[in-house]
Amino acid sequence: MPTVNLTVNGKAVSANVEARTLLVNLLREQLGLTGTHVGCDTSQCGACVVHVDGKSVKACTLLAVQANGSKVTTIEGLASGDKLHPMQEAFREHHGLQCGFCTPGMVMSAVCLAQNHPNLTEKDVREGLEGNLCRCTGYHNIVQAVLAGAQAMRR
Amino acid sequence: MAPNDTGIGASVRRREDYRFLTGQGTYTDDINRPNQTYAWIVRSPHAHATIKSVDTKAAKAAPGVIAVYTGEDFKAINGLPCGWLVHSRDGKPMIEPKHPILAHGKVRHVGDPVAVVIAETKAQARDAAEKIAIDYAALPAAGDMKAALAPGAKPVHDEAPGNLCFDWELGDKAATDAAFSKAARVVKLDLVNNRLVPNAMEPRAAIGEYDRATGEHTLYTTSQNPHVIRLLMGAFVLGLPEHKLRVVAPDVGGGFGSKIYHYAEEAIVTWASKQVGRPIKWTAERSESFMSDAHGRDHVTHAELALDKDGKFLGFKSETLANMGGYLSTFAPCIPTYLHGTLLAGNYATPAIWTNVKAVFTNTVPVDAYRGAGRPEATFILERIIDKAARELKMDPAELRRRNYIKPEQFPYQTPVALVYDTGNYHATLDQVLKLSDAAGYEKRKAESKARGKLRGRGIASYIEACGIAPSNVVGSLGARAGLYEAANVRVNPTGNVTVFTGSHAHGQGHETTFAQVVSTMLGIPMDQVEISHGDTNRVPFGMGTYGSRSIAVGGTAIVKALDKIIAKGKKIAAHLMEAAEADIEFKDGKFTVAGTDKSTPFGAVALAAYVPHKYPLETLEPGLDETAFYDPKNFTFPAGSYVCEVEVDPETGVVEVQSFAAADDFGRLINPMIVEGQVHGGLGQGIGQALLETCVYDKDGQLQTGSYMDYTMPRADDLPSFKVAHSVTACTHNPLGVKGCGEAGAIGAPPTVINAVIDALSEYGVTHLDMPATPHRVWQAIQAAQPAKR
Repeated sequence: MPTVNLTVNGKAVSANVEARTLLVNLLREQLGLTGTHVGCDTSQCGACVVHVDGKSVKACTLLAVQANGSKVTTIEGLASGDKLHPMQEAFREHHGLQCGFCTPGMVMSAVCLAQNHPNLTEKDVREGLEGNLCRCTGYHNIVQAVLAGAQAMRR
Repeated sequence: MAPNDTGIGASVRRREDYRFLTGQGTYTDDINRPNQTYAWIVRSPHAHATIKSVDTKAAKAAPGVIAVYTGEDFKAINGLPCGWLVHSRDGKPMIEPKHPILAHGKVRHVGDPVAVVIAETKAQARDAAEKIAIDYAALPAAGDMKAALAPGAKPVHDEAPGNLCFDWELGDKAATDAAFSKAARVVKLDLVNNRLVPNAMEPRAAIGEYDRATGEHTLYTTSQNPHVIRLLMGAFVLGLPEHKLRVVAPDVGGGFGSKIYHYAEEAIVTWASKQVGRPIKWTAERSESFMSDAHGRDHVTHAELALDKDGKFLGFKSETLANMGGYLSTFAPCIPTYLHGTLLAGNYATPAIWTNVKAVFTNTVPVDAYRGAGRPEATFILERIIDKAARELKMDPAELRRRNYIKPEQFPYQTPVALVYDTGNYHATLDQVLKLSDAAGYEKRKAESKARGKLRGRGIASYIEACGIAPSNVVGSLGARAGLYEAANVRVNPTGNVTVFTGSHAHGQGHETTFAQVVSTMLGIPMDQVEISHGDTNRVPFGMGTYGSRSIAVGGTAIVKALDKIIAKGKKIAAHLMEAAEADIEFKDGKFTVAGTDKSTPFGAVALAAYVPHKYPLETLEPGLDETAFYDPKNFTFPAGSYVCEVEVDPETGVVEVQSFAAADDFGRLINPMIVEGQVHGGLGQGIGQALLETCVYDKDGQLQTGSYMDYTMPRADDLPSFKVAHSVTACTHNPLGVKGCGEAGAIGAPPTVINAVIDALSEYGVTHLDMPATPHRVWQAIQAAQPAKR
């Protein structure tokens, strides 16, 4: 079985994986990071979005071996200790989550979106979150949260 | 005392959020038990076939495989039970065929489970499953109700030769016919309520575990109602005594109805974990969810509305075919009957109503409640036919509705279809939504759209729903095989903080916050002194769970009733502590006071005295401060509202864009307005999804054409607008909080609102009706079919 070495949430990890293991399976099943979720099998829902070398990536669409040598950040690694990341805080403040299942992927996508767009508009957010499905919120409060979170990240 | 910013009526930020935002939620698939194995279910690729043989030899020999089970192993085990018995109009009970855990002899829909492989890893179980050789002999299949009812159609079940499950009616047919005979105008409409796949973002999962030392089974499952699962699976399927069966529904990632039902996989992992002596986890892949989660809607209806010359409704009648799918899911028969037929009065004082519903078996996934459950179907029929009537009468659709609404002074109002509405003010929500949607500025916006080559349309609809289905004795007489109360246990701890165990279950609704606000307000203690616990049958009292927007109205009231008992006992204790008469004790703002004096004792001191009963009336009062209440509602609650939507249609492409959506609802009193608005937003998202995007398609052979997110169109952020939401309040008259429920409103009211707007936009082409979803293809075709002169 191949060995993969990567940095996950700032910690160096090494794991033996079957070649067919997806990054999301490595995170959830071998590293116990169950905050990253699996909501579909066609790379549509985005519940599994993590950051790989600073880019938002659907962890169900990357083999674990492809992430070899990368720096991976999951939802568990976003806050600083007990202090929530401004995007997490904005989701809480604006009721941008209900059941919480899509939330980790939604937040990770939103952080990248905000980093890549200095002046996000509602249209940017709606189009930028096209790859993340939510069944609970009708997206209204997610959009509000992302706009507020992006502003807070710039402060 | 509860600070105003966390009490009833405050938009308290949710206490659930921290764990969900940091990846600390515990959903079923996040749980791993020591020595756990994995199950993979083999499902039928055929819609209808006999199983000639199943060869599991190669699979059993595959690496990592522990066991393989087939329908043969479950032959002697009962099937999944149906929780509601509907009688046909001739008095005969519905046809109720066995719903086997694993198919035996025959498969009846694509996805019907046929075998299960248990292995050391999920990958090994899946690999081995491919080695199972199943010899099917395909049978003619009914992919829809028309095919199932065609003469000579192959029966899905031998017990139902014409594929009819029941033929039900409600209302006074003679009176309705008489009303129609006097009508100045009769409006007719044929419509389809499109089949939907619920698609909660968390796929279903289940872990079965058996403890040989204690003989106890534990099932972790993605359920909206763990006690219901314990009862159905324990008593009716596997014959496991309830005191040896624990069901845990931990964090659940959305339900929308689809996680109410008892599913085969729960019984499989529970039963098999004892056979193999190890825990077994099963988690659905999304493609499995599409072909195994109960679907929603799927009605075909002919409706007629009789009006007098002034536009007053005289009578309404409808005939509906309701798809049951290949088997009866847990509550399937009650959806098109008691949750649909009874809602056909809508918000209107129509004096005569009659409906007939025929339930049909087809070779498709079972159909059951999905957000709204029967009420969206009823509302869609009414609000579409009323809109059609307004158009035929050349009358303002708002005015036609206003003229026919039940007036505020008519409550309580007995409808001709069994329900008694306790309260409401439909004129108020209509006025509110017209203002909210800037009705006055519409013509200007329409002209502006036209200047850009777009057709603008405006749709309006009203809805009423019935929530908190009850009371138990009445629903029992109508065929329910369960009670519909809710339970709560309020445990005051010695130092005065409180743990509340509720039979309601939260899977996105925010009960941990809302319920804590109620407790904090009633006991006058800070919210952080209150913990809400739910979802584990070993912790919470026997409860019926969460569906039908019942949690605050039924579950919340059970908590209030338990709190009343706590306060009553607290008064006895306080009277003793302060050497006063019990009748003189008042409880307010977290203090027991002797009326008319400045003598008082705080709630915490009374709690401590209850658990350290040194100065305590032991001869007349038990120690402890721990009370349970079961609450069985006297009636449904009746939230209602009016919605307005504006759309733009591109006549070149048929693309419909929702430009604005305004919702004015009356949910009675609000506990947490922020959470209520979030519920409305979510319902609107699903309702707009049904109207414009979503539909589940089977081909004529019963093959599922929309089996993944690649081909079933889920609403995405850029498909929806931001919403305008407002509330008015008429308090529910029969529960102490005056609450009604808000979970389904959006999904009920939005579909007709959107379609009415699309038809309005297309009216210049003479289009009078479109079935959902109004996809670009369908809209473009309607435009093309219009007379060339109008194009």
